[in-house]
Amino acid sequence: MSVDLATVRKIAGLARIATSDAEAEALLPELNNILGWIEQLGEVNTDGVEPLAAVIPNHLRLRDDVVTHDQTGGGIRDAVLANAPQAEHGFFAVPKVIE
Amino acid sequence: MTDLTNLGIADIRDGVAAGTFSAREVASAFNAAVAKGKPLNAWLVETPDHALAAADAADAARASGDLKPLSGVPLGIKDLFCTKGVETTAASGILKGFVPQYESTITSKLFGAGAGMLGKLNMDQFAMGSSNETSAFGNVISPWKRNDGGNAALAPGGSSGGSSAAVSARMAPGVTGTDTGGSIRQPAAFTGISGIKPTYGRCSRWGVVAFASSLDQAGPMAKDVRDCAIMLEAMSGFDPKDATSLDLPVPAWEKRLSGDLKGKRVGIPREYRVDNMPAEIEALWEQGIAWAKDAGAEIVEVSLPHTKYALPTYYIIAPAEASSNLARYDGVRYGLRDLPDGANLQEMYAATRADGFGAEVKRRIMIGTYVLSAGFYDAYFTKAQKVRSLIVRDFEQAFEKCDVLLTPTAPSAAFGLGEKAADPIAMYLNDVFTVPSSLAGLPAMSVPGGLDGQGLPLGLQIIGRPLDEQGVLNAGLAIEERAGFTARPGAWW
Repeated sequence: MSVDLATVRKIAGLARIATSDAEAEALLPELNNILGWIEQLGEVNTDGVEPLAAVIPNHLRLRDDVVTHDQTGGGIRDAVLANAPQAEHGFFAVPKVIE
Repeated sequence: MTDLTNLGIADIRDGVAAGTFSAREVASAFNAAVAKGKPLNAWLVETPDHALAAADAADAARASGDLKPLSGVPLGIKDLFCTKGVETTAASGILKGFVPQYESTITSKLFGAGAGMLGKLNMDQFAMGSSNETSAFGNVISPWKRNDGGNAALAPGGSSGGSSAAVSARMAPGVTGTDTGGSIRQPAAFTGISGIKPTYGRCSRWGVVAFASSLDQAGPMAKDVRDCAIMLEAMSGFDPKDATSLDLPVPAWEKRLSGDLKGKRVGIPREYRVDNMPAEIEALWEQGIAWAKDAGAEIVEVSLPHTKYALPTYYIIAPAEASSNLARYDGVRYGLRDLPDGANLQEMYAATRADGFGAEVKRRIMIGTYVLSAGFYDAYFTKAQKVRSLIVRDFEQAFEKCDVLLTPTAPSAAFGLGEKAADPIAMYLNDVFTVPSSLAGLPAMSVPGGLDGQGLPLGLQIIGRPLDEQGVLNAGLAIEERAGFTARPGAWW
């Protein structure tokens, strides 16, 4: 299965990566080479094989539904915003999204 | 006095404890080596004050009889680990200027154990690469040169290329690395040092910039097996902040190190005899088998039938996970923002990501987006996860017949910078021996075995059962004791 230029543009759109026509044309053979190469998995008989879910058996833990007081917890608004390209009034600021 | 930068982690720990030298002298010596090593471009940020402060704390702890496991040991930290107050970019333009407000679990544990930080180490961008050529901040140059009289700049391996260069150039006695498909082991092999990727879940991923979460594991890189064991003990342990962290005690790996392999069976996987493998690597592998026998091991041939499918499986799963993980770089919460005049929110996302990500990162995000997209998910991603189950099963069946596996680490010695950069698949093939054990989450390490005809290091890899880091380290030690590898690069920088 090989992709065409329209598909490359569609993938770039889904991935939210601005791509010029020249870049899309350069990506086309690269992606097709890689996709052609990974298609050899089609040779492997996987009938009745379950897809792998966890590489090392482990159980998923639950924790108490409370605000923690470490770095993952609440009450650290300013630290959360410290690296924002634009933060205003205690919020992340983005271009207008509602006309 | 001997040059303190020749010392490893155990030497420094013991020398500081015995008062042979002060931790401050050690930190100063390594700080000077880091400053002098700029031509190698191994460091993105230098933190000499951090190293000195930890050293002073170590000297005070010695005076008060309160030394910790890594007191007085200055380390290099791969730039994938978030370090509080110290810029962390994962070598990507999209994180330029990002100063974490928190400390990763791994660095927190290392600093808590008394270690200091010399600086943050260059790497392949987001750990995507095998040569350190995808960094947004320039290539790391290997300290090694071919003995052909030429002056070709060689790759230090990747993605932990700053890490491998720092240890082999004696700018740090030990460093952190991370390994998603070989990123600790291959650079260790390329530079004549040791490195271990533990069982998936041993080392917390919390605060480590994510690439492919089901594969990413941190681990140490150092001069020898003992130093790796010491560092790994400090790095491992349960962390409730990582959902896949294993809630298990950390074994005393260093104390139980033994190069005696009597009663152990060392498996040789026949599928690792790949086409076009250089004769010197084949010969080193045979030598490694002889060393294992000499250490008392029984050698058994085993089969891992799905080996050839590991790389294509990896190059579906890793990009798929990366495309999801890297969706967070949107120009809103941290890092770069590119807001062209009049752009709306969607256009801002797309412009930011186009500017901030390097070519290899974009390529992998695109592949990952494609294999997860509607209509292709089952054909690619689900299929790959099924083949991954078969790869895990191969290892389970092999470990019914043996205790550890012995293989070469990489199919070549270090290549020249630029030699493989034009062909992504040729670059991917360099991870042919390391990727299968990553897909299976197994502990695996590389130790130096010898030099090739061009005077470049070659590594041997030991792969163990889940949670059997001890078996891996012990087999590594058995090889190390017999290889007597003492070669090191001359200081041309």
